Amino acid sequence: MKLLQAEDLVVRYGRATALDRVSVMLDQGEIVTVIGANGAGKTTLLTALMGLHPLAGGRIVLPSHPRAAASVVARVEAGFVLVPETRDLFGAMTVEDNLRLGAYVRRREPVAGTLAEIFALFPRLAERRGQEAATLSGGERQMLALGRALMSRPRVLMLDEPSLGLAPLIVREIFAIIASLRERGVSVMLVEQNARAALAVADRAYVLESGRLALSGPAAEVARNPQVIDSYLGAQAAA
Amino acid sequence: MDWMIAALLTQDGLSTGAIYVLLAVSLVLVFAVTRVVNVAQGEFVAFAALTVAQLQDGRLPGITFMVLGGGVLAMTMEVLARRSGAGLWRPALLYLGLPAALSAGAWAASSWSAPYGVVLVLTVALVTVLGPIVYRVAFQPIASASALTLLIAAIALHFVLTGLGLYFFGPEGVRTPALVDGGFEVAGMPVAFQPLLVIALSGLAMLALYLFSGFTLAGKALRAVALHRRGALLMGIATDRAGGQAFALAALIGALSGVLIGPMVTIYYDSGFLLGLKGFVGAIVGALSLYPTAAVGALLVGMIEAFGSFWASAYKEVVVFTLILPVLLWRWFASPVHEDAHD
Amino acid sequence: MTDLHRHPAPWFAALGLIPFALGDYSLTVAAYVAIAAIACLGLVLLTGVTGLISFGQAAFVGIGAYATAWATTSWGLSPWVTLPLALVVTGLSAAVIGAATLHMGGHYLGLATLAWGISVYYLLGNLPWFGSFNGLSGIPPLDIAGFELRSGPALYAVCLAALGLSLWLVANFLDSRLGRAVRAIRHGVALPESFGANVIVLKVLVFVIAACLAGLAGWLYAHVQRFVNPTPFGLHTGIEYLFMTVIGGAGSIWGAVIGAVVVTVSKQWLQSVLPGLFGQAGNFEIVVFGAAMLLVLHHAREGIWPHLAKLLPGRRAVPASVAALPSPPRTIDAGRTLLQVEGAVRRFGGLVAVNGLSFTLRQGEILGLLGPNGAGKSTMFNLISGLLPPTAGQITLDGRRIDGLAPRHMVGLGLARSFQHVKLVGSMTLAENVALGAYGQGGCGVWATLLRLNRAEEARVMAHALRQLARVGLGDQAHERADALPLGSQRVLEIARALAANPRLLLLDEPAAGLRHHEKRALGDLLVQLRREGVTILLVEHDMDFVMRLADRLVVMRFGEKLAEGTAATVRRDPAVLEAYLGAA
Repeated sequence: MKLLQAEDLVVRYGRATALDRVSVMLDQGEIVTVIGANGAGKTTLLTALMGLHPLAGGRIVLPSHPRAAASVVARVEAGFVLVPETRDLFGAMTVEDNLRLGAYVRRREPVAGTLAEIFALFPRLAERRGQEAATLSGGERQMLALGRALMSRPRVLMLDEPSLGLAPLIVREIFAIIASLRERGVSVMLVEQNARAALAVADRAYVLESGRLALSGPAAEVARNPQVIDSYLGAQAAA
Repeated sequence: MDWMIAALLTQDGLSTGAIYVLLAVSLVLVFAVTRVVNVAQGEFVAFAALTVAQLQDGRLPGITFMVLGGGVLAMTMEVLARRSGAGLWRPALLYLGLPAALSAGAWAASSWSAPYGVVLVLTVALVTVLGPIVYRVAFQPIASASALTLLIAAIALHFVLTGLGLYFFGPEGVRTPALVDGGFEVAGMPVAFQPLLVIALSGLAMLALYLFSGFTLAGKALRAVALHRRGALLMGIATDRAGGQAFALAALIGALSGVLIGPMVTIYYDSGFLLGLKGFVGAIVGALSLYPTAAVGALLVGMIEAFGSFWASAYKEVVVFTLILPVLLWRWFASPVHEDAHD
Repeated sequence: MTDLHRHPAPWFAALGLIPFALGDYSLTVAAYVAIAAIACLGLVLLTGVTGLISFGQAAFVGIGAYATAWATTSWGLSPWVTLPLALVVTGLSAAVIGAATLHMGGHYLGLATLAWGISVYYLLGNLPWFGSFNGLSGIPPLDIAGFELRSGPALYAVCLAALGLSLWLVANFLDSRLGRAVRAIRHGVALPESFGANVIVLKVLVFVIAACLAGLAGWLYAHVQRFVNPTPFGLHTGIEYLFMTVIGGAGSIWGAVIGAVVVTVSKQWLQSVLPGLFGQAGNFEIVVFGAAMLLVLHHAREGIWPHLAKLLPGRRAVPASVAALPSPPRTIDAGRTLLQVEGAVRRFGGLVAVNGLSFTLRQGEILGLLGPNGAGKSTMFNLISGLLPPTAGQITLDGRRIDGLAPRHMVGLGLARSFQHVKLVGSMTLAENVALGAYGQGGCGVWATLLRLNRAEEARVMAHALRQLARVGLGDQAHERADALPLGSQRVLEIARALAANPRLLLLDEPAAGLRHHEKRALGDLLVQLRREGVTILLVEHDMDFVMRLADRLVVMRFGEKLAEGTAATVRRDPAVLEAYLGAA
């Protein structure tokens, strides 16, 4: 079943057109990735899908929760969660407090069980549960951002450049967790500059260039496309 | 000066200082969540004292008209801002229901002389409900503007409230009945109960605020909005409501301050401004973000004022306000990053 | 500044003559409007143009008024002598207060102005020589050749003349090198420093000019009213002046006039109408004032004037062509080391952003500094451009150490930069934005600027700017507003501005970010062209493709260290680069 459908999105910042008639969609149980260069409009796409930025054209439909498209808060309550590029952590609050706030939309239920699950998934966070978020390393912050998003048991998780600024080892860990999200019943839309890692984990892919959709299709096919190889995957030195 | 006078001045300084602490703390709270430097905070204090006086006199307090009128305005703005009618019951309750109920209660209290306790509760409730109304009308439409624009809006709001205050409360000053009378003696020096009560209540309010923001989810959510507005929004926290909640808390604290300061100082319709500014000096010592430092700063202001008025009463305002400048400079240079101030 | 020349002056002159046809009462009101307009004009310059908020303008009006009141009553001086005295006293107070407080910005500055505004008010009211809160009376009127100016028309004429003079002076200031620089301050400190302006000095200068305008208003007030007490110079009036300016339109000198007229006339009207409606004297004017201000902040922050201005007819000015500033002869001494970075280190607390980076840049080449996000290239860029001092290491430009120097010295040493997030003054034209780059080459001081004696220099600077615009291919849009350009052209405009400083080294910070394909191509062509003209370029970029085609040599960074260095071909084949940069799986 379709969870998210965006048609002909147009987004402008002042006079610049950041997105020019872009259409994407997400089915239940999928991992979809959007790849492209810096400034191609990937972050704008996610913020627009989340309702953080007004549309100059096109529409967003959330078939499973029609009223969720009304506001950001409504989306989060319906299970559509975004982990932005900037992570937006509450630096002066502890790891545990950040996680508990992640479950804010489930505040009327007990969350101790979910908290334990997240700590099991990210043991490093469990070690640092009482530390202020601002003191964590880059990789730990990414884990906290991801864990916080998972605390609300989302249906759809939108991730903006999860590998940004992280060492290759940690990138591998994070992507392994992203791949396993499918089993948790979470559908993922993943925006990435690291095209190789993203295409390896995704089912379908979109390629965004200068605000326009250049290519879309199954991830394996997109990965074999010669232009994609040239622009984003470089010469294949090692598999 | 002998130490008897010094002790009296200290008592004086600490109790007015305790009020300034409450003011400083509400200023920090409001600024942290909404980035508004609420120069109109003092109006909550003054209006509370004036309302108590009017109720005691058996008159319908002017504030009922303000909350009723303001509530209607806020509700209209809310309806116009939304496209659907979903969820309108909440603002309707807050902006129309509560003001109506409290105004009815005030009318009853003024017609059939209610006991002092009831008067106090009604007053605090009425002033508290003014808080979110004021936020909705003046600040929510420009919630994402720069702190400077919000400051100008706060000053404009202060003008509106002061002008309305003159109309609804009249130009005379009031002193309200003390909450507790009498006192005792310590080593031959009189210590009154009222100032002690003020200090104790002020301390309790600070403790409650501390516990709320550190240990309850709602309090943490408010802190989150203050720390990172967009991050809080992405957690599903209604950041718009957070502003109203912060103002409600600030109005509540202001109302309590007004009820406490009423017996000690004559309050006029425009006393709020100077009270707010003195609380502000404390708040800026705390860099508009640290509660304990703000509290210490506010106590200092109370003490400087008490001792200053003994020595050079005419210049006490000059001293207090010139002291703001080095504090502002210190805080400016101490803080790491500054937003570009225009928008 | 509008791109069409609308010439509002004749309309306002006509508006100013109207009160002469009305009765004495209107003339008195009009005189006070003119006085308020002069004070608001100072705020337009300070707040609207430069972006420095002040609630204390009324305090300076008070200082000017009291200075002349006291000097004429206690020393018997003629008002024409006390005018310069009042201006000097006000100017000096402003210089002291400004130097102390103008390092701050935003709401901190606003609060500081509230603080000293109140202090001055209480001072004026408490100092015994000034009659305390009773004030000073018996101030002599102005007189011209023995003829005393007491009547409505005479007083209004003086006020109107003073307003006209003030408008002329401020307009001259705005249309100059200093005026443009001051506009750039509004958008932050980074931009003006990048073209060599001393920001705090300029801020204090504008503050003093605004205060002197207030002092003039105060002097007029004293000799019109012939009585002063502290009340009209308190915080309330200071806030009123600011509100008047914002309502009228803080961005233009005409906004000051409109604001003063609209608010004063409305207040008069409200004072006569409201008591009838509401019975007694509630202070309803300030309620209306406050509400009006809130409405303006919510819906029309630019004020009334921009909307009125659209109604005026206008035509495009065709600027005359003039000989430009001579460009220094370009000797292409290719191959000589121009910039040398040795062991640069930069720590932020525990984080090491740049860890012992060394490289050289030769004259006449394009060097690309590359790396993934978080590699430290922006930090390295800021070390070179002076925004940050290095924790260790040296940076030398042409043999001279530049590490640790403040950014505003860089232009004088031949270094000019662009910004990753474009910093242009949107309301100015392309030519005016480019002219900012030539700030350091102008010499006309404040007096020459105010009195419009700088026309020759202005013409030369503008011609120089036009030549840079032609050089980068934007010549035919020279007189359009900068905010009308698409991003790619805005980046090119920044390069033109940097070129206007005749730099030896051009530092470009991610110029291709966010550009579309054809814009990137045009940018690349421009950079190649500039290299041909002998400009040396250091380019920080993320887009490998873009840089590889342009750069003579590349330095690739990762985690703050140098990963590889060499020509594009060498670097492209380097296995470490491939692994780190192009994505490890």
